[in-house]
Amino acid sequence: MYSYSEFDEAFVRARVAQFTQQVARRIDGSLTEDEFRPLRLMNGLYLQLHAYMLRVAIPYGTLNPRQMRQLAHIAQTWDKGYGHFTTRQNIQFNWPKLPDVPRMLAALADVGMHAIQTSGNCVRNVTSDHFAAAAADEIEDPRPYAELLRQWSTDHPEFQFLPRKFKIAITGAPNDRAVTAAHDIGLRIVKNAAGETGFQVLVGGGLGRTPMVAMTVRDFLPVEDLLPYVEAVLSVYNTLGRRDNKYKARIKITLHETGKEAITEMIEARFAELRPLFGGNDQALLADIRAAFAPPAFRNAPVDAYDAFYKADPVFRAWADTNLAAHRNDQYAIVTISLKAHGQTPGDATADQMRVMADLAERYGHDELRVSHEQNVILPHVHKSDLPAVHAALMQAGLGTANVGLISDIIACPGMDYCALATARAIPVAQEIASRFNDLKLEHDVGPLKIKISGCINACGHHHVGHIGILGLDRAGVENYQITLGGDGTEDAVIGERAGPGFAYDEIVPAIERIVAAYLALREGPEETFLQAYRRVGLPPFKAALYPAEGTRDAA
Amino acid sequence: MARFTPKVVTANALIEGDVVYLTADNRWTRRHDEAELIADEAQAQMRLAHAVAQGNIVVGAYLADAQTGQAGPEPTHFREVFRTRGPSNYFLGKQAELI
Repeated sequence: MYSYSEFDEAFVRARVAQFTQQVARRIDGSLTEDEFRPLRLMNGLYLQLHAYMLRVAIPYGTLNPRQMRQLAHIAQTWDKGYGHFTTRQNIQFNWPKLPDVPRMLAALADVGMHAIQTSGNCVRNVTSDHFAAAAADEIEDPRPYAELLRQWSTDHPEFQFLPRKFKIAITGAPNDRAVTAAHDIGLRIVKNAAGETGFQVLVGGGLGRTPMVAMTVRDFLPVEDLLPYVEAVLSVYNTLGRRDNKYKARIKITLHETGKEAITEMIEARFAELRPLFGGNDQALLADIRAAFAPPAFRNAPVDAYDAFYKADPVFRAWADTNLAAHRNDQYAIVTISLKAHGQTPGDATADQMRVMADLAERYGHDELRVSHEQNVILPHVHKSDLPAVHAALMQAGLGTANVGLISDIIACPGMDYCALATARAIPVAQEIASRFNDLKLEHDVGPLKIKISGCINACGHHHVGHIGILGLDRAGVENYQITLGGDGTEDAVIGERAGPGFAYDEIVPAIERIVAAYLALREGPEETFLQAYRRVGLPPFKAALYPAEGTRDAA
Repeated sequence: MARFTPKVVTANALIEGDVVYLTADNRWTRRHDEAELIADEAQAQMRLAHAVAQGNIVVGAYLADAQTGQAGPEPTHFREVFRTRGPSNYFLGKQAELI
């Protein structure tokens, strides 16, 4: 995988040195909070509900074992022994103390990591398909382009003070696992009629208070035009984007207010100006980056041990059926490690668990780990003969839950257990839903079902694209949960429909149970998934199940 | 105009980030029940100004609704209740530290 160049290393070290001085000046009183706040946010340091929070970027979700071990070390040394993997492929530490943060950043720099541009109105961590370079359905590894975009956007002088934050996602596979349609710019690698590789460019997607599916502004963008084109989009947005109203400042609103045709013309005009300025250095750099993403030396060995184990051990089989995905090399599998043990916090891993995952990646996984936006960790390249050993080690560490893609594999933002912006809790709702369906022993019968929970309208928990979405709100001083149904975060992205009035905290789990019972009763067979059934029958039968005594409840 | 409801002054400690409350004798305490419960609006604004001026000790001071309780002031809104104890998914923060 990509390692820091001398330039990256010097830049990150210089930033740590600067921030060390800034923290010292804040503590000795030379800097006020108003002066310090933008500086700490530039370095990923937030002040949350109970403590500071440090958000560390995991570029396009790729980690090596050394980096994962360093995250464990940081969690144990300066935090409370765990970290929270987020829906933006970052990791958050929830309990740092201000004087320790420079040391945490120095420890990150030691392994080529940082927290730069994880906050603020700039280009954030470029996210990608967590199965990149491994998935059987992939056209090309998207990560070299993500890395090119990372280098280009890091400290880019023109784009440090955009109207609002800016998120780019890229996928190399037709099955979109990176929710590209819900990003400010979504890039999908495609082939044109001549067989050349390029990008379908989507602009203006986003969730939050005004959820929108992105529009395609270019069906085919040649690879060599990537940076000038993305720069043109950002440049137009930087000029037109509304700085007068935070809630109208994202590019989705700019696009909506300007109109797709007008904005596309402006982007193309700006692109025509910028394109000649890119003399080919970017392509030389891309070639170097590509070399760093060369595939590992895959092993050629029999897979009989896997087949025998699969037949003999039902626990292993259940895990293999849910947590493995097809690898491009048919002797290999992609392993998704569930960070969703029933009743535990979605996306959390202890320092010990991080070390186990690092060890497994080193021993069985060609030194690679990925973090998914669904808050799980992936070993992208595991030879099938090693799967029984990997599974056994995961079981021992409490990481062997067989639930990927099922009802308990829930996305949940930190919500009001940590976040200063939250209007309600998200984590305990996820914990209770997972525990309940585990008690019922129903989740394997229910099959693929994505529940996504946000603790406020900003939608970090992606509730709009959950098959079942849950949004926690504050209604007159009480937690209240709104349900949306039929959302989809894939290539056919759809924003879910609101089911009706919200539910109190102690009503939300039974409400989800009624939705699932309705689905089981109306599906045409086990092969019809929840989402397919919803698309067939629409909202009414689920609404009837949710509100059996319609009319007795006040509209929330 | 809405009737003024009693308040406490709360903030986060600059160094640790902990939730803190202003006491009547001008200390910053971790315990909500030791906070000064302010019944008068003008007094609340003055106490808040006093807190904001201590920007080298605390960050983000604001007035939060509270009411008289058994041991002292108690929060009325669930957000402020969570701030008195810590997250619900782990036994961490004040609920573990203030026993």
